[in-house]
Amino acid sequence: MLNYLLRRLIQAVPVILIIMVGTFLLLKLAPGDTVDALVGDMGGADPQVIARLRAEYGLDQPVWVQLWIYMTKLVQFDFGWSFVHEQPVATVLMDRLGNTLLLMVSSLLFAVSIGCVLGAIAARKAYSLTDNVISTLGLIFYATPSFFLGLMMIVLFSVKLGWLPVGGIQTIPSFYKGWDHVKDVAVHLIMPTASLSLIYLALYMRLMRTSVLEVAELDYVRTARAKGAGEARLMVHHIGRNALLPVITLLGVQFSTILGGSVVIETVFTIPGLGQLAYQAVIQRDMNMLMGLVFLSSIVVIVVNFLIDLLYASLDSRIELS
Amino acid sequence: MSTVDIGISAAPVSGWAVLWRRYKRNRAAILGLILLALVLVMAATAGLIEPVDPLRRAGEPLIPPFTSWATPLGTDQLGRDILAGIFHGARTSLLIGIISTVFAISIGILVGSISGYFGGWVDDALMRITEAFQTIPNFVLLLALVAIMGSSLQNMIIAIGIVSWTAPARLVRAEFLSLRGREFVEAARNLGVSDKAIIFREILPNALPPVIVFASVIMAIAILLESALAFLGLGDPNYASWGNMIGMGRSVLRTDWYCAAIPGVAIIITVLAFSLIGEGLNEAVNPRQKKS
Amino acid sequence: MSARQTSRPVLEIEGLQIALPEGSDRPLAIDGMTLTVNAGEIVCLVGESGSGKSLAASAVMRLLPEPHVRVTAGTVRFDGQDLYQLTEKHMRALRGSQISMIFQEPMTALNPQKRVGWQIEEVLRLHTRLSRKERYARVLEILEQVRIPDPESAVNAYPHQISGGQRQRVMIAMALVLQPKLIIADEPTTALDVTTQLQVLELIRELQAKFGTGVLFITHDFGVVAEIADRVAVLRQGELVEQGPASEVLNRPRHPYTQALIAAVPDLRPPKPKDIAGAPAVLRVAGLKKTFKPKRTLFGRRRNEVVAVDNVSFELRKGETLGIVGESGSGKTTVSRCITRLLEADGGAVMLGETEMLAATRSELRALRRDIQMVFQDPMASLNPRKRVVDLIAQGPIVHGETPEKARARARELLLLVELSPAAADRYPHEFSGGQRQRIGIARALALDPKIIVADEPVSALDVSVQAQVLKLLAELRDRLSLSLLFVTHDLRVAAQLCDRVAVMEKGKIVEIGPTAAVFSNPSHAYTRKLLSSIPGRHWTPPVLAGNAA
Repeated sequence: MLNYLLRRLIQAVPVILIIMVGTFLLLKLAPGDTVDALVGDMGGADPQVIARLRAEYGLDQPVWVQLWIYMTKLVQFDFGWSFVHEQPVATVLMDRLGNTLLLMVSSLLFAVSIGCVLGAIAARKAYSLTDNVISTLGLIFYATPSFFLGLMMIVLFSVKLGWLPVGGIQTIPSFYKGWDHVKDVAVHLIMPTASLSLIYLALYMRLMRTSVLEVAELDYVRTARAKGAGEARLMVHHIGRNALLPVITLLGVQFSTILGGSVVIETVFTIPGLGQLAYQAVIQRDMNMLMGLVFLSSIVVIVVNFLIDLLYASLDSRIELS
Repeated sequence: MSTVDIGISAAPVSGWAVLWRRYKRNRAAILGLILLALVLVMAATAGLIEPVDPLRRAGEPLIPPFTSWATPLGTDQLGRDILAGIFHGARTSLLIGIISTVFAISIGILVGSISGYFGGWVDDALMRITEAFQTIPNFVLLLALVAIMGSSLQNMIIAIGIVSWTAPARLVRAEFLSLRGREFVEAARNLGVSDKAIIFREILPNALPPVIVFASVIMAIAILLESALAFLGLGDPNYASWGNMIGMGRSVLRTDWYCAAIPGVAIIITVLAFSLIGEGLNEAVNPRQKKS
Repeated sequence: MSARQTSRPVLEIEGLQIALPEGSDRPLAIDGMTLTVNAGEIVCLVGESGSGKSLAASAVMRLLPEPHVRVTAGTVRFDGQDLYQLTEKHMRALRGSQISMIFQEPMTALNPQKRVGWQIEEVLRLHTRLSRKERYARVLEILEQVRIPDPESAVNAYPHQISGGQRQRVMIAMALVLQPKLIIADEPTTALDVTTQLQVLELIRELQAKFGTGVLFITHDFGVVAEIADRVAVLRQGELVEQGPASEVLNRPRHPYTQALIAAVPDLRPPKPKDIAGAPAVLRVAGLKKTFKPKRTLFGRRRNEVVAVDNVSFELRKGETLGIVGESGSGKTTVSRCITRLLEADGGAVMLGETEMLAATRSELRALRRDIQMVFQDPMASLNPRKRVVDLIAQGPIVHGETPEKARARARELLLLVELSPAAADRYPHEFSGGQRQRIGIARALALDPKIIVADEPVSALDVSVQAQVLKLLAELRDRLSLSLLFVTHDLRVAAQLCDRVAVMEKGKIVEIGPTAAVFSNPSHAYTRKLLSSIPGRHWTPPVLAGNAA
């Protein structure tokens, strides 16, 4: 199992390298470089100063040297200077990372747990009314853009009913303490979590349904039936865990899209996280910030994938010896 | 329990007819076709609703829906006709959906078939690149691409294609991996058929059906991605877009929520149509779930 | 019905009728089946694929995939009580404790995520009030009884960690742990190698006699029937055509269908050898080697290399059939793939006439392929489902420069040669039965006028009666076209009938090679002796029945 995890970690290295090269290329393709931004920030400078600045930033070097400098900096999580925020990009990113992770974790947990339970129920009652209702709802959730769902929830729960806050992550920073603070954040997270996770909930539900239907047909489930096991026992001991495995595999693949989805949701609910930052970076043309974001979010995805691998390895007995 | 001799006197049935017969048994799939037809009709007749420019001012701002004959679905805060926006938005959505899907699937087939057929270091290299693309959150990459290339319609299609090719590539690769070892491929190699002919004539036709089914999923996601971009105001400002209409409606949400709700429903219908069709095709292509 | 007077019936099936869903090839899977199994008796239910034998087994367990497939008439009595009158709860209490089942595929029949011990213990947990300690002791005891080596560690093993034969022993342990009155065994040895098969059959026989269990044993293999059955019932298309004591049915079958089935079982005594001593060698294989290396991993534990083919040498003469026989994993299929260069060998030489195959460049190889063609195992998988039959057959000649018109005309002639109607030309493979598809495969191989045909288990996926027809066709074509045949098979009966010489492979090596009659009557290597003495039904000689040619 240790081998398996180590192998998975090693596999991530070339992926990270490719992403580094990719962000570098994107930076090069973008109109204007760091010095242009700096000069723009200073309100113009004479050509000599610009040339000196270019040399200082290594921009007069050959491309591959620049790439090397860029990569060594990335490894140390040095993403450059944000001229919009007047701070190092890394500082701004780390500031916002927590809120995004909070939204991610709550959405993921919600989507996976409810999705799998509903999917399993639908499969065990396949082609019944319950199944039809669950499956139809799933299809509609799957077709609803998260930002639209978010807006409509705001109309209903905040504007019309006044139950939930319109946006933000807390009422006023450090107004509440202790459990009250947790409760305050939780209330703020309800709508963003719901609107971000519904589409994935639908996805996992459909997957789980298919998976349970497939596993229920397998020989060893028939064996368990022939042993005299009842339906509940079949579901818990023989179908459940085996059906979860393909869903968990997809969880890893899907996680990056959930992180992407947070851009829109954080903008809708004005949550100060990475997603909102990404949107602002595009509007303000803060390329250093944007590339830092691409890199950091990729690292987050890799870490989460690793955790999911851990989960998978602990659920699949076949991995131990391979 | 099914291998009973099929006499060769049985009338040959074309694959398409069988597929259609299986497809039309599924009522949800038929609903999908009807919804798609509705969206297609909207796209086709957009010119009749508003021949000049759907973005021009058509009347008073914020006329509620169902109150005026000239603007049946009302107007937004700039006095633009919502009905015209919906019809022209159908054009934009379908255009972006279809072209970027074709683009994404073409890259996917190319990468996936090379990777799956040749294996070895080619496969390793291509798969690491695919993983890299999958690791970067697709919407973040999309933002970066749009920030760099600009958000003309054409660039958006390219950008959406670039963030969507990985899933079909993996699918095609998996199909190739499983088909590559099949005996009929070995048989072709044993006859002396070239690699190129084996890839394109033997394996690809057998690998395509699941990819075509999957196209509907990519189409749905492409439409959602475009609408999200447009919602954030990063779409092409010269074309009517449902996402953009929702984005505009956000500022009048408290009072005139219909401005956002109507285009939202249009998106749901379109995406639902593609999902239902995909699901129906999937069941028609591999009818193993409903066991006889 | 000639049930034994001494024992009472445990299972009485009367007028059983099972309906198939609409749109199936026939309305009833089983029609009016009446069958009794007595305590301490093994009843074999024999049938070809599609006969409905497995559904009959599921019906006894009340495990039919309802509501699509369901019992529409008849009664199933177990120990005097009508099973279809019981509540589901009551039925569940019987399953696993009073009636148990052994399935065909030991790999898929065990839950991959649960330890072996847990899975056996589950039966005890469901049906007894034993304490954990008592359960554990009972599991160890039964594992010992099915002769699993080292039961203490086997208890903690996952199914993927033990061999196929051992998995089937675990299944038997699971079925027998509560000493049920009735066991239903659905092709329990079909997926096993011949030597393991015999051990498992003996085990079932032994434990069944010890516990006095009634066994309903479902199989397609008359060799297995001869090995194990007390009584036999023959099922054709859902209809029970004949039943009686094993010796009676095997040696004096009355119904024409049974007669045809038994006539199709190849005799273990080889026919008189042909004289081919003077014929020139068309294929000479010398020192062939192939090793499967584990996929390189940076930090993964190094798995051992597998030497699949280890220094294999033989000659194939013109007009000769050389059989390569062996169990799974012996390397026989790898040999066939290396010779045709579908796999690249690591060493050795393959001389096709005067040309060295292994050294040929891509373009040379292409030309050489005309002379050496293959017939594959799986008649479904070996034909591209999206091509018409005529294009499948004509593909080879077209690749080698024939004009499409001529190649297609020739393809139609070849269809006649393999006894298919030329009307088949414009159909797709899925419209044909397994035997017909294999004929198409043979026609494709013949289209290039090869000198040598390498056939890799060409009949192992076919029912016995179809198998006999395809073998007959192959033999006829070989003689008519003076082909040389390299015939890879695990089935010694088939080898005995078709091959002039056989090479016996074990663990990548040829341990014995010689004329078939000599090898079969006087095997020199211990492994060959073990193989031959494991053939099910080796003491039974299928009767020669007048007026019947299969």
